[in-house]
Amino acid sequence: MGKAYKLVEHTFDVVVVGAGGAGLRATLGMTASGLSTACITKVFPTRSHTVAAQGGMSAALANMGEDDWRWHMYDTVKGSDWLGDQDAIEYMCREAIPAVVELEHFGVPFSRTEDGRIYQRPFGGMTTHYGEGIAQRTCAAADRTGHAILHTLYQQSLKHNAEFFIEYFAIDLLMDNDGTCKGVLAWDLASGELHVFRSHIVLLATGGYGRAYFSCTSAHTCTGDGNAMVLRAGLSLQDMEFVQFHPTGIYGSGCLITEGVRGEGGFLTNSDGERFMERYAPNAKDLASRDVVSRSMTIEINEGRGVGDQKDHIHLHLEHLGADLIHAKLPGIAESARIFAGVDVTREPIPVIPTVHYNMGGIPTNYQGEVVTLKGDNPDHVIPGLMAIGEAACVSVHGANRLGSNSLLDLIVFGRAAAMRAVELVRPGQGHGALRCDSVDKALDRFDRLRHSDGDTPTAKLRAEMQKTMQNHAAVFRTGELIGKGLIKLRELFSCLSNIKVTDRSMIWNTDLIEAIELTNLMPQAIVTAQSALNRTESRGAQARDDFPKRDDKNWLKHSLASIDESGNASILYRPVHMYTQTDAVEVIPPKARVY
Amino acid sequence: MAQFNLPANSVVRSGKKYPAPAPVPGHSVKRIVVYRYDPDQDENPRIDTYELDLDTCGPMVLDALIKIKDEIDSTLAFRRSCREGICGSCSMNINGANTLACIKAIKDIKGDLKIYPLPHMPVVKDLVVDLSQFYKQYSSIQPWMKTRTEPSSGRERLQSEEDRKKLDGLEECILCACCSTSCPSYWWNSDRYLGPAVLLQAYRWIADSRDEATDERLQELKDSFKLYRCHTIMNCTNTCPKGLNPAKAIAEIKKLVATRGS
Repeated sequence: MGKAYKLVEHTFDVVVVGAGGAGLRATLGMTASGLSTACITKVFPTRSHTVAAQGGMSAALANMGEDDWRWHMYDTVKGSDWLGDQDAIEYMCREAIPAVVELEHFGVPFSRTEDGRIYQRPFGGMTTHYGEGIAQRTCAAADRTGHAILHTLYQQSLKHNAEFFIEYFAIDLLMDNDGTCKGVLAWDLASGELHVFRSHIVLLATGGYGRAYFSCTSAHTCTGDGNAMVLRAGLSLQDMEFVQFHPTGIYGSGCLITEGVRGEGGFLTNSDGERFMERYAPNAKDLASRDVVSRSMTIEINEGRGVGDQKDHIHLHLEHLGADLIHAKLPGIAESARIFAGVDVTREPIPVIPTVHYNMGGIPTNYQGEVVTLKGDNPDHVIPGLMAIGEAACVSVHGANRLGSNSLLDLIVFGRAAAMRAVELVRPGQGHGALRCDSVDKALDRFDRLRHSDGDTPTAKLRAEMQKTMQNHAAVFRTGELIGKGLIKLRELFSCLSNIKVTDRSMIWNTDLIEAIELTNLMPQAIVTAQSALNRTESRGAQARDDFPKRDDKNWLKHSLASIDESGNASILYRPVHMYTQTDAVEVIPPKARVY
Repeated sequence: MAQFNLPANSVVRSGKKYPAPAPVPGHSVKRIVVYRYDPDQDENPRIDTYELDLDTCGPMVLDALIKIKDEIDSTLAFRRSCREGICGSCSMNINGANTLACIKAIKDIKGDLKIYPLPHMPVVKDLVVDLSQFYKQYSSIQPWMKTRTEPSSGRERLQSEEDRKKLDGLEECILCACCSTSCPSYWWNSDRYLGPAVLLQAYRWIADSRDEATDERLQELKDSFKLYRCHTIMNCTNTCPKGLNPAKAIAEIKKLVATRGS
């Protein structure tokens, strides 16, 4: 070890990185099953960004009208614009029902129906009878469902005595010479010490990378650290071109206003006061899928029908819902609208704009959470020792576009699945062999270089330029030319990373260095996002190419697999979409035109 | 004459000053006073002063801190995450009151903006305090649902709308610790008094119709320190950035202990 860092060593059966909904559900499942499990997290668990999820979690409970998990599956496949893997979608929609019931038994304070069952609200793209009617499928705890679920999962983790390493920042994966993941190197912010965690499985639950963009609903901490570690390990990320713009981020601040507002009867208007979604989605109207609504809003603004002085945003109305309903079902967004837009939602509309919200892409996995990659002609080759879940992962259940309320569901179902898989894979207390690799040294080197980096570009400046480039070149509508120019800019910015300026050299709570590391994590993700978007010459789900406006199933019904080299050059391979189901309870849903 | 030693680091020095770059006509400049402490230096804490052009700064106190970190002094340490008042990371003392920097508007503060860590907590660095005792107390009340009866197989437990309403104002707590660290009783006895945030959470489970451990929970709380160090000073309720009322929750617990406890 060239540098003088004292390393604290730990051995566990499993190490989970991240303590959001997915990470906590996995941690408590593994701990409860007797695996020694460490959960490493850069923020205290209840501060993870799951806490900001508002509208709810989908599950065909049929508490508020007829429902069937097969309809849920159909909606999810259609929402994904057929890029989702149907075996995984089947699994998620079927397991949704026991998963939400389990959460209730854990104590989640769900809102209730008159007969005391879990309250469910309509959400975009959620239908009955394969697109015929509107489903009430989204289980809600007012408009703070993520908060309710995340706190409950943390409480359950305490109950099971789970072992947390809180405010530990994961630096890099420790990959063996034969490509097996053997652990992770992490930095304890409070003591300033570096820790080597050895484990049979590292489970990445590190969330999305919304902060690659200038305006996003994501927290400051959403920097996709796990995705970046995977890229640095020489592995690929899948479907990174698919970035979801949530239709209703608050104009200016980007704070989220839940789709549940429209689920409860809210609607969008343009400068003519017109409910324009009726033109774009005659059946579903304001409850069309998010990509559809975001594109429609962008077209309205581009054609001069935006509201406000600059005609650059849209109005979201809920005045007509009445103060009682707002107070009971949407209190949180009433507060956010007041604080961040100065709006009293019982009287005036909220100014909103499509805002980066969710990454459909991520670390490719199978439905049990094992990381897979293309090896030879096997598109489902499992990387031993490495798993991923939640927004960091691409199972893929969301394909080219995620339906609202399928994200909380994804966290819980696959958090649980990963825990069950780990129990199958690891015998508790199994020994750890010697680490045959130089990955600790490599990770330490990278850390030390950055810590002492004395260039002339401050992290904040480089980050802002990257975020603006992504915002301008890889937004709701894209063209090859636009993305191409963006990529050139991003590569320039990538090369500036070696010239970054870190001022704080200390080891205790050095947030200057954390932000620099996070930027080195974001930048390669930005590049593979842009490269995948440039490469995919079709429009599907969240990827809308003006120069290729049609979906092209003949050539593009496949997942993109993007990797990146040390100089910032990305390359792309493909994996087939799983066009098969797990059981014969349901049939494959063949691609057809996607109309709402 | 008796001599008293001040606790370590209790004397705060005056620190660096960062004047605004050439003022732009018509722009308003605000002086931001920030508590700084560097654990690596063998020095007492200091107060740094930054002058910010508010016309190029976002509206919230957190925006000012981020602007300082991005443009003036990248060594400034503070916690932040969601920036919309739901994660509870950026709790700090702003002009004498504990609140969340992300939802506190700069324009609501007259004169200098004064930013300190949460009071009476061990400071790790700058605005970052050690909350481990607070978290330990949270887990000590066993904040999870305890039941004896099995739920009907494969279905949720039932809870009436009325019973669910009893959790409003309780389950919304974000564990930011603003209330507990505003409470003088907690300052003096934080080793043994649970403090308002944790007692609010204790009541959240007592109030949940699904939970079947009320007597056990009350018995556990019936303690002259854990519960009864609350002297209804009400700082907790006044300061809660989410508008919750921990003082009322504590009063409800005391009432239940008096009527049910033996």
